Amino acid sequence: MIRKISTPLKEEEIVLLEAGDEVLLSGYIYTARDAAHKKLLQLIDEGKDLPFDVNGQVIFYVGPTPNKPGEVIGSAGPTTSYRMDEMTLPLLKLGLKGTIGKGKRSEDIKNYMNEYKAVYFIAIGGIGALISNSIKESEIIAFEELGTEAIRKLYVEDMPLYIGIDSYGNDIYSEVL
Amino acid sequence: MRLIQTDEIGKVVYDSLMEINFVLPNDVKEKIINQIEIENSARGKNILSMIKENYLLSEAKRIPLCQDTGMAVIFLDIGQGVLLEGDYIEDVINRNVAKAYLDGYLRKSIVDSPLTRKNTNNNTPAIVHYNIVPGDDVKISIAIKGFGSENMSRMVLLKPSDGLEGVLDFVVDTVKKAGPNPCPPMILGVGIGGTIEKAALMAKHALLRELDSVNEDEEARIIEETLMERINSLNIGPMGMGGITTALGVHVEMFPTHIAGLPVVVNINCHSSRHKEIIL
Repeated sequence: MIRKISTPLKEEEIVLLEAGDEVLLSGYIYTARDAAHKKLLQLIDEGKDLPFDVNGQVIFYVGPTPNKPGEVIGSAGPTTSYRMDEMTLPLLKLGLKGTIGKGKRSEDIKNYMNEYKAVYFIAIGGIGALISNSIKESEIIAFEELGTEAIRKLYVEDMPLYIGIDSYGNDIYSEVL
Repeated sequence: MRLIQTDEIGKVVYDSLMEINFVLPNDVKEKIINQIEIENSARGKNILSMIKENYLLSEAKRIPLCQDTGMAVIFLDIGQGVLLEGDYIEDVINRNVAKAYLDGYLRKSIVDSPLTRKNTNNNTPAIVHYNIVPGDDVKISIAIKGFGSENMSRMVLLKPSDGLEGVLDFVVDTVKKAGPNPCPPMILGVGIGGTIEKAALMAKHALLRELDSVNEDEEARIIEETLMERINSLNIGPMGMGGITTALGVHVEMFPTHIAGLPVVVNINCHSSRHKEIIL
């Protein structure tokens, strides 16, 4: 069964998701990858407000290609998540409930998913054209100077994802690797 | 002596980039279709089908196959009888890379310094390797290399006594450690021998070979077959979610080396293996 879920994510829904489940995600999500994470963490360190309220939200690790005129976004698939592993905890502490990326994550991240009742979604890598189909709106809301790494607010409809790590810390890859 | 204008080479670079970002090579497409048939994991089959759907959509609507439109890597095999005329070849290449990344709405992924990391905003410089070869042709091999897979590549300087088993174990271990990260099903370029940079160059160059092409070197061919079998038994599968399709190809290049050494480099490419070769 493919479950449909939407943002902002609520804890009573999150706890029903299990590693390996296929889901279709709809609603507003935010993009941030390496450089934007560095800036977000700096703002947190300085005690300043973030460009968006992280509470209940989902961050998509992506650096899209530029949109052609008249199009919402270019190719937009996930980047590899482990590079954000050490920059995730401060965001979870602010209420972040989901991250979307590809690949393995650290043991720490599995523990945090359990502790903070959050999930790690896996999007399929290398199919950025197909994934861009589910993105209906895109707006840069912060760090425009970072180009592809700027923070974008996206509206997605039925984005196809797998649950990579569920809110109990179970990992899809532990079954196969 | 044959005169070739550097602008002609530049045009090939531009046209190739405008093609390979949107159209997968036929051998890769055929392999994906074949694996959809034989993949035994339901999830793996589903993911391979999505990869097929993606390349069809990318080609039809000219949306880049992947958002990581890579770093341009170019091998120029220049015949000894060729005289290049015009602006300096590397400037011409970089100009055309910049133009393609702008015109094609491709992602600019290159930073000027590995440490201070300011985006150059035009995806240059490209990485260009020059070889002087016999004859009077110029062969331009161009690839766009994504870094999800580049980051999972590895190098080792084995002892001569480690031998074949040492090499095989290192390659398989590299694939295991990489797991889902390099976007499997992957393609492996393996360089064995030479010096560290020679092994790395061979590994990169090996990625350009056609899938299922037979290695002319018997020893290398047996290593390729052995590795293919061992890697596809790891149950990593498409995107690391299990299955028999972990590698689409393993390509080995070898070179003589020193009595004291056995360098090995494994360069990993993702399933979106975007490259093209043109002979002028």
